[in-house]
Amino acid sequence: MAEAQNSPTSGFAPAGGPPPVGSTTAGSIAVAAESTVATRMSAPPSFDVADFAVPHGREEEWRFTPLERLRGLHDGTATATGDGVKVAVEAPEGVVVETVGRDDARLGRAGTPVDRVAAQAYSAFEQASVVTVPKETVLTEPIRISVRGEGGTAYGHQLVELGAFAEALVVIDHTGDAVLAANVDFVLGDGAKLTVVSVQDWDDKAVHVAQHNTLIGRDASFKSVVVTFGGDVVRLHPRVTYAGPGGEAELFGLYLTDKGQHQEHRLLVDHNVPHCKSNVVYKGALQGDDAHAVWIGDVLIEARAEGTDTYEMNRNLVLTDGARVDSVPNLEIETGEIVGAGHASATGRFDDEQLFYLMARGIPERDARRLVVRGFFAELVQQIGLPDIEERLIGKIEEELEAAVG
Amino acid sequence: MATLEIRDLHVTVEADNATKEILKGVDLTVKQGETHAIMGPNGSGKSTLAYALAGHPKYTVSSGTVTLDGEDVLEMSVDERARAGLFLAMQYPVEVPGVSVSNFLRTSATAVRGEAPKLRTWVKEVREAMERLSIDPAFAERNVNEGFSGGEKKRHEILQLELLKPKIAVLDETDSGLDVDALRVVSEGVNRVRESGEVGTLLITHYTRILRYIKPDHVHVFANGRIVESGGPELADTLENEGYEAYTKGGASE
Repeated sequence: MAEAQNSPTSGFAPAGGPPPVGSTTAGSIAVAAESTVATRMSAPPSFDVADFAVPHGREEEWRFTPLERLRGLHDGTATATGDGVKVAVEAPEGVVVETVGRDDARLGRAGTPVDRVAAQAYSAFEQASVVTVPKETVLTEPIRISVRGEGGTAYGHQLVELGAFAEALVVIDHTGDAVLAANVDFVLGDGAKLTVVSVQDWDDKAVHVAQHNTLIGRDASFKSVVVTFGGDVVRLHPRVTYAGPGGEAELFGLYLTDKGQHQEHRLLVDHNVPHCKSNVVYKGALQGDDAHAVWIGDVLIEARAEGTDTYEMNRNLVLTDGARVDSVPNLEIETGEIVGAGHASATGRFDDEQLFYLMARGIPERDARRLVVRGFFAELVQQIGLPDIEERLIGKIEEELEAAVG
Repeated sequence: MATLEIRDLHVTVEADNATKEILKGVDLTVKQGETHAIMGPNGSGKSTLAYALAGHPKYTVSSGTVTLDGEDVLEMSVDERARAGLFLAMQYPVEVPGVSVSNFLRTSATAVRGEAPKLRTWVKEVREAMERLSIDPAFAERNVNEGFSGGEKKRHEILQLELLKPKIAVLDETDSGLDVDALRVVSEGVNRVRESGEVGTLLITHYTRILRYIKPDHVHVFANGRIVESGGPELADTLENEGYEAYTKGGASE
């Protein structure tokens, strides 16, 4: 029988005050005969940008996004500048790295664009990077993909494919300044294990909108770690679906949203086959005026997906006044024959009373803020299970805090 | 010998766009090794005194002085006061999301002691202090005050008192909301610290009940923003029998 939990504020009750003004933490569990996750999109998925109307901002999928700051990615006015973004792949021996044209049959198998910008990216990219780890190849060194913005506009497509029983870690670093729309496909063969760390460490002005499509093979496992620090607008849409039973997805996310930044993470896990697992944990900290974080977590358990085990959680920590969080978990269950399904979302704030309490125990203000933020992320960082990445993340969090707290 | 001296302390708060004077000339000297009980009715300003001493930003000192061993406490920031040896056990301890008790205690001890305690002795020190206060070891991994019961919060405050070993401890209604068992455990903790002879204790309370466990040297009656009577432990007995009525008629601030 379905075990549904809906606890928008559990375990992280805002202490000493109400939730931050202007923030929303909503949640819903629908036991539906037909999917509303799919139907509430303004158009069905398509590779062709012409199938999507130019959004005006009131559509469900766009209502949190500042369209005027997308620099034309959403309305067809953003033209690729040719050398806008440089993609470099560094891979250990045994990995096949290719640059291919639009017509390569391997592209687009992991998922179809679900909104106008993703379709625009698919319709406009000229070349794609394809990274293939042959079957049964177990890598001991990571594959590093550098996506370096050179100040231009670009439409991109990347594919990482693992053959059956292959194992790999892919680290994608986004740096520099760019206006970038992209689709990134991950295809996992049966029994494959893929970990992807995507770091959005953009310069302040960058705009980055991307759909990540993951297709998980039978008994394969996928771990994604999305880390967003920089950029003016970052809107990522990781989507996971399963090609066979026994698949597992762990989707971790961490964001630090500063003054004026819009960081949006929209997730979909489509449990379309039986006996698969998913676990989603995203945590964000916000500081500064008009820092805006959006988290949409959609989990769909289709009627045939018996034996599904899923949980999704979003936690936000608001460090200063003037920041806004919108957190919306949605769980849709079309079968009761599952192992477990739950979600939780909560937004807490670090307020003056907490600061006073820590300082009254001798802890200087700066250390008090760091203590709170580090503590907030610590559990998630540990869950990632990659010591190098953990160290880098902690270092980066410290650096960001240093810069912001001053 | 550490001495806290409060002289003619006046404190205001901003409320409803008006400045309201809560403390109206408090004089008090607390020396290391002494225990002072401050008793008074609700709204008399007892807690304001506690928070003003700790430096809570809500309260403004409009005149008067507070010194600790001659150092101007009012010039110090909240954390500086704590490091100088002032400790406030709060009536309503604050929940701090994301910070575990063990991390908090260690960070705090490091700040107050001026160096990080040696890990091995520290773990033992914390474990033993928790045992004495009947605090479940699992608490170390919980977030500070998050989901704690009223009694757990107070025991956690006294745990900090034991670990931080201040010169002057201000206990703001530590007894309120505690059942008899919890009150006994908490009082025993306070007494252990007092027995060291190294702390001056300012025990702020509404009830005489806690004074059966923690014997004060001096009792002060607080009403309408100042101390209106001082005496020995016998004054508490008088209050127990007669209440605060003699002090509140016409004079209470609320």
